Formats: sequence, C-alpha cells, structure tokens
Amino acid sequence: MAKRYAAVRQKDCVSCGACQAVCPKSAIAVWKGCFAKVDKELCIGCGLCAKACPANVITLLDREAAQA
Amino acid sequence: MKKQKHWYDYLWIWSILYFSLGFFNILFAWLGMLDFMLPLLIAVFGGNKWFCNHLCGRGQLFALLGGKLKLSHGRPTPHILTTKAFRYGFLIFFMAMFGNMLFQTYLVAAGANGLREAIQLLWTIRVPWDWAYSAGTVPDWVAQFSFGFYSLMLTSALIGLVMMLLYKPRSWCAFCPMGTMTQCVCKIKQKDHLLQEQEEASL
Repeated sequence: MAKRYAAVRQKDCVSCGACQAVCPKSAIAVWKGCFAKVDKELCIGCGLCAKACPANVITLLDREAAQA
Repeated sequence: MKKQKHWYDYLWIWSILYFSLGFFNILFAWLGMLDFMLPLLIAVFGGNKWFCNHLCGRGQLFALLGGKLKLSHGRPTPHILTTKAFRYGFLIFFMAMFGNMLFQTYLVAAGANGLREAIQLLWTIRVPWDWAYSAGTVPDWVAQFSFGFYSLMLTSALIGLVMMLLYKPRSWCAFCPMGTMTQCVCKIKQKDHLLQEQEEASL
C-alpha cells in the first residue's frame, strides 16, 4: 500500500469535483454535493487531487504516522 | 490506467460554442439559461453537484487550458477567495447584478427604456455589440435580456480565465456563484446527516 494518502478538509471543500476529475484511481469523489471523500484503500497518494484542488483543502498524510 | 471518456467530458466545446454563437447572434445568449437552471434543478431534485462535477463546460475548459495546455501558473488560490464569507458575499453580489439585469429587461419591456445594443463587461465597461442583433427581430425585452445575460456570462468567464492564468486551472470554481448556491442546497438537503456526523466526530 502507498505510503501516503489524500485527506480532505471537508468543512472548507467547495465540492467542485476537480479532484475526482484528475484521480487516476477513482479514489476520491464528491459526496452528495457536500464535500469530497477519499477512499483510503484505493488512494495511492500521488497528489494530483491536491494539486488540482482550487480551494486548497487536500493534503497528503503519511499512512504510518496516521496509524501510530 | 487511462480513464474512460464519456460524452460529457467534451462539454468544454459547449463553453466555446456559446460565446461564439453570441458573438454572431446575441439571441443565443438565452441558451445560457441551461447553465443556470440545470445545476439548480440537479441540486434541488438530485441532491448532488453532478453538474459541477461532470457537466460544467466552463470548469472543463479551464482544466483543459490550465492543465493540458499548461497556461496556468498553478499557484494556490488566495485563501480569502475560498472562505465562506467571500463565497457567499460574491454569490449575493452576483445575484444582485442578475436582479439588476432582470430589472433593466423589465424597464425595456415596460417601455421606460429603449433597447441598448451593447454588452457590459465587469458591470462597468460598455462594449458596442450591435452587429449581433437586427432590431425588430424579437420583442425588445427579449433582446435586452440577451445582451444582459451574455454580459454576465462573459464577465464571469473573463474573471475565471484570469484566475486560471494566475492561480490553479479551476480557481474560479472556488467561488463560482452557481457552485456556492448548489453546494448550499445540497448541504441543506443533507442537514440531518451532516449534523449526525458532526456529533459523532465530537464524541
């Protein structure tokens, strides 16, 4: 499994879907028009979504650090 | 793995087509009502932002110009533009300008004002656009609405293009009034669920 994964700061997400348009794994999608949700299992931590996000609400987290 | 393309992935063409058609005949501006009504209808009845996420030709065009064609500087959108206060403020401003445009249309319909064959950029700069309309083709108010609506669409597209060049390709989406409005509708529809999630998170 990839070392990193994308995390969305949901309260500031504008749910535009720029992230899901670029995700190569369909690991991120806008949930009912409210905010984007990440499927951690599918995410490979490539960072394309974070780069595309116009609201700057996606950060990449370290999987090991998050589990610890 | 390459993503499968859908018919709606090419709607950026619609965005270009819309402005091209309006350049030659302003009455095509009415078609822009689709971009106004569809997101709202989808949000109200579908409870999602499928329009923003899949159908928005403008978002696709910005992503194409800024992403594939690398015209975007790619800097993060200034934080202030992504705040709720700015987004809702911009929505209110935009709706006020839309209301003003409707009022101008009404004044022409009521005979108080004559038809002005010009478009207004950034709500201030008047640009003659008389080649795009032959007087008398349709009632004056129908033409007046076309000029007004086209102005609104072109103004927001220009703001979006500048944002695309300076910041991220889809920086416009961060404060797009339609996006703010539809997200607001979706959040209201999911109010109970969102409250429940918040409570669970605070436990």
